[in-house]
Amino acid sequence: MIILNQSKLNPSNIQPSEITSREVFENRRHFLKAAGFGLAAGSALLLSKQSQAAIAPVTFKANSRQKISGFSKTAYGAGEKLTQYEDVTTYNNYYEFGTGKSDPAIQATLFKPRPWTISIEGQVKKAKTISIEDLLKLAPLEERIYRMRCVEAWSMVIPWVGLPLASLVKWAEPTGNAKYIEFISESDPQSMPGVRSPILDWPYTEGLRMDEATNPLTLLAVGLYGEYLPNQNGAPVRLVTPWKYGFKGGKAIVKIRFVEKMPLTTWYKAGPSEYGFYANVNPNVDHPRWTQSSEKPIGAGLFGGRIKTKMFNGYSEQVAHMYTGMDLNRNF
Amino acid sequence: MKKQHIVFVKAAIWLFALLPLARLIWLGVNDNLGANPIEFIEHSTGTWALVFLLITLGMTPIRLLTGQVWQIQLRRVLGLFMFFYACLHIITYVWLDFVFMWDELLIDVAKHPRILVGFAAFLLAIPLAATSNSYMIKRLKTNWKKLHQAVYLIAILAVVHFWMLVKKDLTEPIYYAVVLIVLLGIRVYFKYKPLSKSKVIKAM
Repeated sequence: MIILNQSKLNPSNIQPSEITSREVFENRRHFLKAAGFGLAAGSALLLSKQSQAAIAPVTFKANSRQKISGFSKTAYGAGEKLTQYEDVTTYNNYYEFGTGKSDPAIQATLFKPRPWTISIEGQVKKAKTISIEDLLKLAPLEERIYRMRCVEAWSMVIPWVGLPLASLVKWAEPTGNAKYIEFISESDPQSMPGVRSPILDWPYTEGLRMDEATNPLTLLAVGLYGEYLPNQNGAPVRLVTPWKYGFKGGKAIVKIRFVEKMPLTTWYKAGPSEYGFYANVNPNVDHPRWTQSSEKPIGAGLFGGRIKTKMFNGYSEQVAHMYTGMDLNRNF
Repeated sequence: MKKQHIVFVKAAIWLFALLPLARLIWLGVNDNLGANPIEFIEHSTGTWALVFLLITLGMTPIRLLTGQVWQIQLRRVLGLFMFFYACLHIITYVWLDFVFMWDELLIDVAKHPRILVGFAAFLLAIPLAATSNSYMIKRLKTNWKKLHQAVYLIAILAVVHFWMLVKKDLTEPIYYAVVLIVLLGIRVYFKYKPLSKSKVIKAM
């Protein structure tokens, strides 16, 4: 499903990088044939609400774009103006691939998102390793359009494809002692040059409280714009919590640990006064470096200005109840 | 160095100094400033203001180390280009970044030390730019030199401003800090050096 935005309809605006390479194109054709669908049947399937297509094994070629064959559209974010694919995939905070915003798109080329397994550990009945293929079968894949607010006061609107984290939690069968979940990212110095310098305490570690983890909004994303995640966006699987600042979304997750105590997260360790565990988007709690009451939408252009930041990034209805009675000035 | 040579060097400085602006305009016209063009311009103009500031501060150490004096005449044009890029930096911040949302902007300046430090550096640079002409140099006499020593403070504030912006990877601000420390260190060294040697320099 190619989502075109208005400016892209003009052929002269299409960047060379957006043109599907022959390899990918042929791969897709092969894909459809193998699955036994005609093109029409395929698109009907993509559009149908409830369908769960069988996820055919995907042969990943380095840095080629791969379509996700079956996912359903949802009402999440309907009507939002999407940030262009080009911007979403070239402006990234992913220090494992360098500290510059454009570094990850350049540096992540050696990273291999397949084969991939995630180790489920800690206070669960099913403490075992799950392959990415099996993870994709835990629940039907859905497209959800979420706003993403970075702590650096910029924002994007991204059409993620993924499954609710709650489905993994249910599958893992946490014990009564599991109060938090810790997400640990890959940290391979061979393929991730940023990991070679001790800029952060590797591996990147993030965490959620159990109720946050099972909130219907919380997504394990495996794709964006209808395609498997590009390496620089956290392939093959990353966390998306749209009411929290972007750094809460651990990328390239290799371990999911169910724990009793609040995990020490990477940015919290780097600056406890700046990056709290909760990191909920909150225009009323300022950050020592960036104003949090407004934000710059990426893609708005030179004269696009700023928009006011909303409490919980506009997701109060879905998440505010989890924090009633908590002092959000202290628990930032 | 002869006068016509200085004119030539100054022309070359003008050409070089306008290249970063030309590049920004070129990238802007071609929609090539990246996903966050405002940040790109802020960082670029800020970096070039700092670079010109450090080049300006490099003229005196050249005199101290080599005894050459002709380059002292370049300080004004270099310093003014520092101020030029600092102005573009501030205009980008007030206009493009904060689109004149004064309430938001005042909160940003007041609450964030890095902005406050940068803003202070800019305010301090205004009187220096305003008194950089020959008329003011003559009028202020010895006070002129005192006033223009504020450039050291401006330089320190500018590097601190950059340092505080960076979340974690301090590599770049460290480069600038080291250059500034070296430039100021040379001055301090020559100031407290045994008298006999500094007499030699003066005699040259």
